[in-house]
Order: sequence, then C-alpha cells, then structure tokens
Amino acid sequence: MTIQAPEPLLTPVYQYPESLTHVPTHYCPGCTHGIAHRLIAEVIDEMGVRQDTIGVASVGCSVFSYRYFATDFAQAAHGRAPAMATGVKRANPDKLVFTYQGDGDLASIGAAEILHAAVRGENITVFFVNNAIYGMTGGQMAPTTLEGQKTTSSPAGRDAATTGAPLRMSELLAQVDGAAYVVRRSLHDVVQIRRAKKAIRRALEVQRQGLGFAMVELLSSCPTNWGLAPDAALAFIRDEMVPVFPLGDLKVPDEPAAGAPA
Amino acid sequence: MKGTVKVDESLCKGCALCIPVCPKGLLRVANERFNARGVHPAELDDPAELCTGCEMCAIACPEAAITVFRAVKA
Ligand SMILES: Cc1ncc(C[n+]2csc(CCOP(=O)(O)OP(=O)(O)O)c2C)c(N)n1
Ligand code: SF4
Ligand code: SF4
Repeated sequence: MTIQAPEPLLTPVYQYPESLTHVPTHYCPGCTHGIAHRLIAEVIDEMGVRQDTIGVASVGCSVFSYRYFATDFAQAAHGRAPAMATGVKRANPDKLVFTYQGDGDLASIGAAEILHAAVRGENITVFFVNNAIYGMTGGQMAPTTLEGQKTTSSPAGRDAATTGAPLRMSELLAQVDGAAYVVRRSLHDVVQIRRAKKAIRRALEVQRQGLGFAMVELLSSCPTNWGLAPDAALAFIRDEMVPVFPLGDLKVPDEPAAGAPA
Repeated sequence: MKGTVKVDESLCKGCALCIPVCPKGLLRVANERFNARGVHPAELDDPAELCTGCEMCAIACPEAAITVFRAVKA
C-alpha cells in the first residue's frame, strides 16, 4: 500500500504584530509612519517585552500613536517627549522606554529637549521619523526640509539664504558624549525596511544593556503634503532625501569583546 | 502551492505599495470594487499558484494588512 504524501500545510510566516492594537490608523494611504509603527511593534513582539515597554507619543501626525501600540503609553506636549521619557525611565528603570517623534517635534520645538536628553545620556530609545515637513498641520517647512523643497510656508522652495540648510540631527547628536547609539535608516524599499528593523532592535538592546541614549532616525514619506503618489514619495526619499541625509551608523557602542564579562 | 498571502481588506488603504514589490507581479488593485473604507483594495491574483510566500509585500505594506503563509511538509 502506498502512503499518500500529506498535503502541504500552510503556516503563517508573517502576520499582524501583537504589539499593535486593531484601532484603524488615521495615517494617509502610503504614509510610512505605518511602516515605522509596524517595525517597532514587530521588534517588541520578538523581544517579548510588550508588558515591559512604555512609549511616549509626541505631537504631529503620530500624536495618536498611543492608540496604535498595544503597550503602555504616555502623551507629551509638543517636543517634550524626551523630557517625559526621562522621568518615565528614571521612575521605572526596569522598563524599556521609547519616544516616537516627528522632525518638527524633535528638530524644531523640541530641539533643546532631545539635545539635553542625549547630553545627560538618558537611557531611553528615540524613534525619529524624518519626513522633511510638518505633516499634521498642513505641510509647513521643517528644519529638515530640503533646499528648494516647496512647502506651504516656503511656496517658492526653501531658500537657504534666509532659512538655513537642512538640519542633520543624527550627526549633531552623535557627537554628544552621552549618546551611545545613533543611526540613520530609511523606509523607502524592502531592503531598507529590513535594515531599519535591525536598527530598531539594536536601539532597544542598547537601552536594555544600560548603555545610554539611543536614537534611530527613519527617513519617511509624507505623500499628502509632498503632493506625490505613495510610490513617487518613496522615490523622493531615495533620490532627494538620502543624498542630504546619508544612511549609516553615526555612533555605535563597542561590541563587548568575546568572553568579556557582560 | 509554496505560499500565499491574504490581504485584510478592512485594513487596506489602497496605497498600492505592495504591487510593484512582488517579484512575480501577483498582486493587483481591485479597481472594480471598494472596501468599507471606500478604496480599491489590493488582492492576490495567483491562479497558477506562483506565490512563494517571500513576504516582500507584507514588508512594504504600511498597514500590516498582509498575512503571509508558506507551505510546510507535515
Ligand atoms: C506648542 C505647540 N506648538 C505648535 C503646535 C502645532 N503643531 C502640531 S504638529 C506640528 C508639527 C508636526 O510635524 P512633525 O513633528 O514633523 O510630524 P509629522 O506630522 O510630519 O509626522 C506643529 C507645529 C502644537 N501642537 N503645539
Ligand atoms: S500628513 Fe503626511 S505624515 Fe501625516 S499621515 Fe498624512 S502622509 Fe503621513
Ligand atoms: S500596501 Fe497594504 S494598504 Fe497598501 S494597497 Fe497593499 S495591502 Fe493595501
């Protein structure tokens, strides 16, 4: 008697992360805030730390991120997420604490808070979503807006002579002694998304090891306020943003030598 | 069948970012119908069962709307 080969079984190899709620997000179609959320949630799932993670939401399009992550969350005033995260982490040193901030939030109104959180070497993880514009308020110029980029407050394109050149926050923060891990990644294609996820994981591991301030800058799209279709917005990141905000590791902690005490 | 995907249409915003990343071009926008959000959702169009479950579409989706399955020998 011949034994029939069993039918192949289908198993899920990728599914909706547990660390995201099922609340529908308000992000525009094709906005890569959604990818940033998904990656952070996947990493929290893989590290098994959902019950031990506290997020701090900022002000911007990600203002409602506390509704979307299935972890504990607090909501800070505009730009103040690193200050609030400082308090949350110092009061709960055994928890993993992260902020989720846009570039208007982090590089403009919150420039002092992020800088001094890094100076103090606060043991927190910052996810910095840089879309080169103020998304929530209707597309005004941010410190990260590219030269010549048209926004509602720079309708003729950003003029460096009167408004300065794009601010590179990762380069700025990497030279602060208290910063342990500062890298820039992008969300514009599958390869970059995979790299971004690894960096998100590393940034939370750095915090878990108590090594100090960690930040992952993620170049992200704003199709709505850039006036581009979702796929064209990804091409804009690749072709226009990456040359101004080069991807890579600005600062990484030394790997502990093999066999050295942890 | 090596693999397949399922689009959760209640989450899909019709952004179409999953379409060009499929190495076999198996996803399409269902232009002839709308989901409850009022957008044309993405759907798998794979009559020849060519999907390998490579996960590219799921990685590109901003809504985590795509579940990927792969065949395992029981
Ligand atoms: C104290 C204060 N000033 C100004 C605002 C208005 N405001 C809301 S969001 C925002 C900028 C958001 O831009 P960004 O941080 O880049 O996030 P995005 O929306 O692009 O994700 C501003 C200026 C505010 N809410 N509070
Ligand atoms: S306005 Fe821009 S950043 Fe905000 S949700 Fe829409 S696409 Fe995303
Ligand atoms: S990437 Fe996701 S949200 Fe966009 S069309 Fe495809 S399944 Fe829908």
